[in-house]
Amino acid sequence: MQALVIVAHGSHLNPDASTPTYDHANTIAETGVFDEVRTGFWKEEPSFREVLRTVESDEVYVVPLFVSEGYFTEEVIPRELRLEGWDLDEWESDGTSATHATFEAADVGKTVHYCGPVGTHDAMSDVIVRRAESVTGDDEVGEGFALAVVGHGTERNENSAKAVELHADRIAETDRFEEVEALFMDEDPEVDDVTEFFETTDVVVVPLFVADGYHTQEDIPEDMGLTDDYRTGWETPSEVDGHRIWYAGAVGTEALMADVVIERAADAGASVGDAIESIRRRTDPSVDAGSGSGAGVGD
Amino acid sequence: MNDEQLDAFVSAAASGGLECDGVAAARDADGYRFETPDAAREGLSEAELRAAADRNPRFVSNWHYWNGRDRPDTELAFLRHLESADERSVPDRYETMTDGGIVATWGQLRIDVGLGPDGDRVYALRNEADGGVDAEALDVHSDPLEARRLVKRDDRDRYRPLKTAPTLPTGWAFVDLDGRALAETVEYVYPATIANWYLEGRGELDVSHWRETMERQSGIYGVIKTWDRGEGYEHVNWVAEACCDDSQCLKRREWEYDDETTLDVDGGDGEFPCREPCSLVVTAARKWTQLEGERTERYEFELTPSEKEQVEAIIDAVADGRTDSIREADIYEGANRYRARFLRAKRLDDEGRLCGVPTDGE
Repeated sequence: MQALVIVAHGSHLNPDASTPTYDHANTIAETGVFDEVRTGFWKEEPSFREVLRTVESDEVYVVPLFVSEGYFTEEVIPRELRLEGWDLDEWESDGTSATHATFEAADVGKTVHYCGPVGTHDAMSDVIVRRAESVTGDDEVGEGFALAVVGHGTERNENSAKAVELHADRIAETDRFEEVEALFMDEDPEVDDVTEFFETTDVVVVPLFVADGYHTQEDIPEDMGLTDDYRTGWETPSEVDGHRIWYAGAVGTEALMADVVIERAADAGASVGDAIESIRRRTDPSVDAGSGSGAGVGD
Repeated sequence: MNDEQLDAFVSAAASGGLECDGVAAARDADGYRFETPDAAREGLSEAELRAAADRNPRFVSNWHYWNGRDRPDTELAFLRHLESADERSVPDRYETMTDGGIVATWGQLRIDVGLGPDGDRVYALRNEADGGVDAEALDVHSDPLEARRLVKRDDRDRYRPLKTAPTLPTGWAFVDLDGRALAETVEYVYPATIANWYLEGRGELDVSHWRETMERQSGIYGVIKTWDRGEGYEHVNWVAEACCDDSQCLKRREWEYDDETTLDVDGGDGEFPCREPCSLVVTAARKWTQLEGERTERYEFELTPSEKEQVEAIIDAVADGRTDSIREADIYEGANRYRARFLRAKRLDDEGRLCGVPTDGE
């Protein structure tokens, strides 16, 4: 038996923080390729400490629903899951390249294939593009549009910026958008000045965040000038300094995120059959069920 | 009981024998042995065994229910616990299940165990406060995944950050669940409670006490360990009284200050154990570590005796979550809004300072 456990931050204050985690878990559970699909949280229940004991399978694939490598993926999650002999070097990562490593969880004696975070997987570039398609309602969006990928920045962790730049670079290489920039909340180039970085009138802004919350629904919209008060909402698109800003909200709420989760597990050796194809198909609003999905970045 | 169950029963007796809830059957040199609490027969042919089993359909279908399918040990133990299978006889349980069902509780959940075809169990789940409500009046579900959404907010539409807080919303029910779906639904309502209850029952619950839990913290929570200054554990008593009381959480606190020092506060009567300080306790403890680093100051206030008691009444009402139940015009209650507003108008200055006394000595 094999189980998938999605681990995420969660929140004591924001009821929506866990919603994307549950949604992606459900999408993957419906494919039936895992005997069990469970979720565990830092701030909600079951906790990281107790999620593995809710699983029956001896082989467990743990995928962190985090945007970058850092404090949570390198220290908190391995410690709380009690991964015996956890050593950061096992990931052989340059800060964005962790794939997986295998350990035993001390309290339950299960084999844990501990995967890199979803945010640094190549397939995440496709989700960012899909998010741009969703917010513009145009599955071929690109021509006449610029794209800003927005991250938290380096407050505590330089890998956070690296992940944002990784995807901005990958998407820029496809030449799909007129311009692509990586912007940040607390370092240069700052998202506050979003319009200064683009010539193109239409700019899609996609925050590389797992869930909608304070940053994506309050901070960023106000900082960019979409609204003076987040509580009154904003238009999509919004006019700012002669640009039209198409603000997408957290990329993690995009249904295609389930694909990145399952790809992480597959990279770590999980048997996923045709689940990757089927999730790509089922989460694509532009494709009828049964036909193939369009080629994504890196395909 | 159906033929398939009877066939399985006979073949289990032939290959190694069986024993379950009062029935036993096995093959030995003299033929088959068949036992129920009322009778024991030996030297039976296979046809005689089959006939004897056929006259005890409840024992056969009960055996089949507990042995005929692959279940995790935790789920098996939990489902048996719900119908007190280790304490109550098969006929007794079957009669209750036929006659309205066995009613069990788990936290604030009411679980009804009924009898389906051929001894199969059918489970239903609701808030125990809805025990007397007709199912038609409730929002009825059968997909366990729905439970995640249903229990996210309480009846006042407030987010429930603690799943085991005694604020389970009402107005819904799950019906027609099999054992697996029931356990899954309970898992969404009260995560990991079945696993921890099971471990506790086997004497294997891995409790992490306060000290080791706080020693483990890092990042912004690393500061909490400095709150333990080797001057006793009174501060942890206060934490447990504030957060872990039955009025706040349905888990029974099994963690103590450390493995040699028990807290003075009662752990509660919950059915399922709490094996370590949870993330809410850790988060609150970080704030208290900061606040408790302050030294006391001497302030001078002038209050009437009634005003002093009113301040105490307000603290009580907030701490017990009673402010909403204090009636609008109940001016006899110190924590009544008009009473509090009067006190504020009289005793707080324009900057909100009690009796105009500055917080920092000036």
